Amino acid sequence: MDYIKLINCMRCGMCLPTCPTYKETFLETASPRGRVALLRKLREGDLDQSDRLLTYLSFCLDCQACATACPCGVNAGELVAEFTCERKEGKRMGFMEDMVLRKLLPHPERLETFMVPIRFYQRMGLQRLVRTLGILKMFPKPLERMEGLLPDLPEKPLRRVIKEDMQARGETRGTIGFFLGCVMSLIFSEASRATINLLTVLGYRVITPKNQVCCGAPHMLAGDKEGLKTTARKNVDIFSRPDLDFIVTDCGGCGAELKKYSHYLEDASSVLFSSKVRDISQVLAMHADELKLLLKPLLLKMTFHDSCHIAHSQGIRKEPRDLIRLVPGLTYIELENADACCGSGGTYNIEKSEMADLILHRKLDTIRATGADAVVTGNPGCLLQLKKGLMDHLPQVKIMHLTELLAKSMNT
Amino acid sequence: MNPLFIKELQTIVGEPYTLADPESLAVYGYDATPELASRPGVVLMPGTADEIARIMGLCHEAGVSVTPRGSGTNLSGGAIARNDGVLVQTSRMNRIIEVDEENLTATVEPGVITSTLHREVEARGLFYPPDPGSMNISTMGGNVAENSGGLRGLKYGVTSDYIMGLTTILADGSLLRSGGKAVKDVAGYRLNPLLVSSEGTLGFFTGITVKLIPKPQVKTTMLAHFPEMRQAALAVSAIIAARIIPATLEFLDKVTIKCVEDYAHVGLPLDVEAVLLIEVDGHPVVVAEEAAGVEVICKKYGCSFFQTAKDENEALKLATARRTALSALARLKPTTILEDATVPRSRIADMLKIIQDSAKKHNVIIGTFGHAGDGNLHPTCLTDERDKDEIIRAHKAFDEIFDAAISMGGTITGEHGVGLAKKKYLPRLIGESGIRVMQGIKHSFDPKGILNPGKIF
Repeated sequence: MDYIKLINCMRCGMCLPTCPTYKETFLETASPRGRVALLRKLREGDLDQSDRLLTYLSFCLDCQACATACPCGVNAGELVAEFTCERKEGKRMGFMEDMVLRKLLPHPERLETFMVPIRFYQRMGLQRLVRTLGILKMFPKPLERMEGLLPDLPEKPLRRVIKEDMQARGETRGTIGFFLGCVMSLIFSEASRATINLLTVLGYRVITPKNQVCCGAPHMLAGDKEGLKTTARKNVDIFSRPDLDFIVTDCGGCGAELKKYSHYLEDASSVLFSSKVRDISQVLAMHADELKLLLKPLLLKMTFHDSCHIAHSQGIRKEPRDLIRLVPGLTYIELENADACCGSGGTYNIEKSEMADLILHRKLDTIRATGADAVVTGNPGCLLQLKKGLMDHLPQVKIMHLTELLAKSMNT
Repeated sequence: MNPLFIKELQTIVGEPYTLADPESLAVYGYDATPELASRPGVVLMPGTADEIARIMGLCHEAGVSVTPRGSGTNLSGGAIARNDGVLVQTSRMNRIIEVDEENLTATVEPGVITSTLHREVEARGLFYPPDPGSMNISTMGGNVAENSGGLRGLKYGVTSDYIMGLTTILADGSLLRSGGKAVKDVAGYRLNPLLVSSEGTLGFFTGITVKLIPKPQVKTTMLAHFPEMRQAALAVSAIIAARIIPATLEFLDKVTIKCVEDYAHVGLPLDVEAVLLIEVDGHPVVVAEEAAGVEVICKKYGCSFFQTAKDENEALKLATARRTALSALARLKPTTILEDATVPRSRIADMLKIIQDSAKKHNVIIGTFGHAGDGNLHPTCLTDERDKDEIIRAHKAFDEIFDAAISMGGTITGEHGVGLAKKKYLPRLIGESGIRVMQGIKHSFDPKGILNPGKIF
C-alpha cells in the first residue's frame, strides 16, 4: 500500500456524514477518516496489528460513499480492502474459502450443481417446514442469515439455458459480449433474461460465452490475488473477440470489478477489455429515444436505490433514473439519500448482521417515506438485501432490477 | 490515565460510550488541523447534559483536563485534547429540542449538525444563516465555541449574531444560563458574546437557542471570471462601495479553481486567474436589481465572462463546489496549511498581492480562496509534512502574511479560532494587556484551568 495514499487524507471530515457505519455509531474508529488514520498509525508503527484494530477495520462495507465525498481523492474503502487483501495474502485459506474460491467459483457448472440441493429444499416445501419449526436456530447464526436471504431460485440457472449467441431483432447495430454474473445467473435469472432481451430488441447481437467465470470480487475480499488474476485473465481472453462493441453486465458489483481488470493485469488486452465494459444502464440510455417508443404505460409509483458499486464505484447515477422516467404513466419519486448503502456489502450482511440491519432499516425508512409501490436497483447484492428487508417490514413494496421494470413495461 | 478514574467516568456515561483502547485513543487525537495531534487519556460520548455536568464535577475534583469535541472539523487545533486528558464528544446529543415559530428561535443540543438545523428550519420558511464550509459535518456546539462564520457572513453575520441563549456547564459542573428568548436583555454583563468563541475554554454548551429570520424569498447565484487576480479584488471592493451587500461574495484563485474543478466537475474555467462566486438574495425586485448591478461592476473591472446560474440546482452545485475548496487543494500535495488572515475589505487587493509575494519569496505554493466580501481570505499552503524545509518556509511565509494583516488593521483569524495553531500570533495582535484581560476572564470561569487548557494563550 502506498504511504502517500494514507497521508493524503487531510482529516477534514467530509466523509463522515456519508459513512453508513459512522452514521450509526458516531465512532471515529468506524469512520473513513478514522480508518485511514488507523492504517497510517499501523504503518508508522504507532499501533500494533491487534485483533481490535482488525475488528474496527472489518466494519467497513467498502461502499465507497466516502470516496465520492472526498475532495482530496482518498479512497478509504479501497485502502481498507487493499490492507485486508494484503494481510490475507499468502495465508492458508480456510476450508470454506478454499472450497468457494478454488473449487466452485472458477467452475460455473460446479457452482450450479452446488445449488441444486438448495433448489430441491425450496421446491419440496422443506424450506417452509424448516422455517416454521425454527430448525435453523440450532445452526450457527450465519447459516440462518444466509438461508433467510435466499429468495426462490429459478428453475435452472440462466447460464445453462441461455443461447450463447442471440441475434439482433431487425437490423444489427452492433455486438455485445454479455457478462453474466454468478448471482444474476443463479438467482436473478429473470432480470438477466430481460437484459438480453432488451439488447436484442434494440438491435444488438448478444454473445454470452458459457465458459466465462466469476468476476473475481470474492477473490479480492479473501486476499486471493493470484486467484483474482487467473480469473481476470480467463475472462479477458474469453471476451477478446474484436467484434465486441461493448462488454455489458447487469450486475453492479461485477461491472465495478471488470472495470478494474486493467489495473490488475496491466497489459494491452486488459486495458481494451476494461474500456469496453458498460453497466446495462449506460447502453440502454444511449438508445433512450427508441426505447421510449417501445414502452407501454405502467401505473406505478417508483423509487430508485443507487447501488454503491454503480453510483460510487462507477459514477453512474443519471442513466438509470432517466431510464425509469421513460416508462409512461409511472410516477418517479427520488429516494432520500438514494446512494447510501443498503447494508448488503457482499457478505457483510451475514458477517456483521447487527450493523447491517441498522443500515438496512435506515434505507427502509427512506423507502417507506416515498410511499412508492416498488423500488428499482441494479445490483444483485442490493436485490437480495432489500428483498428480504421489504418482505419482513414493508411487504407491500416490491423490488426489481432496472431491466425487469423496462421489460415489464415493454411486454405489458 | 488511571484505570480507576476511567472506571468512575464509565459509570456516568456507560461502557459502550467510554473509549480507552489504544486504537480509539490514537484516532481521537486529531481534528482537521494539520501537524497537530495528541493522545487523550479517555474519550467519552455522553448522551445528556446531566452526564456532562457529572463528568465536569469529577474532573474538576481530580484536576483532570476536559476538551469538548463535536465532529472534529476544527482548523486551529481546538478539539485536540491534552495528552492523558479527557475528550468529550457531543455527537450523541443531537436533538433539535424545538423550533419556536412564535419567537423565531430554535433550541438545539450541542451535537446537532449545522446543516440539519438548516433543513429543519428552512422547511418552515425560516432561516439560520451561519454556514461554515463544513456545515454538513460541523456541530452547533462547535460552531458556538468557535464563533463560526461561513459563506453568508458578509450579509448575515456570523454565529455570535444569532446566539440568544446558552446553557453552559461550568468547569466545576455547575450550570450557567445566559440570555434566552427575550430580544432585549441588559441584565448584567452580556455573557453570550464571551462564551461564543471561547473555544471550549470557559464552559461546555449543552443547550443553544438561536435566532431565526425569515427565509429570503429568492436568490440569484452568479459566477464571474477574471483574467487577473487584482481585477477580481477591485470588483469586490467596488460592489461593496456601490452599497450592494451580496449574501455571498467568494473568491477563488487559479490553483483553487483547478483543484475544485478536478473534483467537482461543475464547469469552472481553467484559463483564468480568479473567479468570484456571488449570491444575492431577498425580495425578487431587489435581487434582480442587485444582480444587474453586480454584473455591471464585474464587467467594468475586466470580468471576461459572467454567468448566472440557470436554476437552484446549478446554484447549489456551485456553492457546494466552493465548500470543497480546502479539501480539494489537498489533491496537489498531502499537507495543506490553511490560514484565515482577515483584513478590512477595502484592503483585499493589497492582501492578495502580499500573499502572492510571500509565496514567491519563500518558494511555496499558496492557493487562495475565501470570503472576499468580508475580507476573510484563506491562503492555503500546499506542502508535504515530510519535507521539513518546505514546512519551515511555509511558516515563514505565513508569519509575513499575519504581520501584514495586523498592520492593515485586520486580524490573525476571521473564523477558525486561535486554538493551538495561532496562539503564538495572538500577543502580536492584542498585546500584553489583551492577553492579561483574557487570562483574567479565563481564571474567573475556570480557576483550576481544566477546560480545554493550552488553547488561545
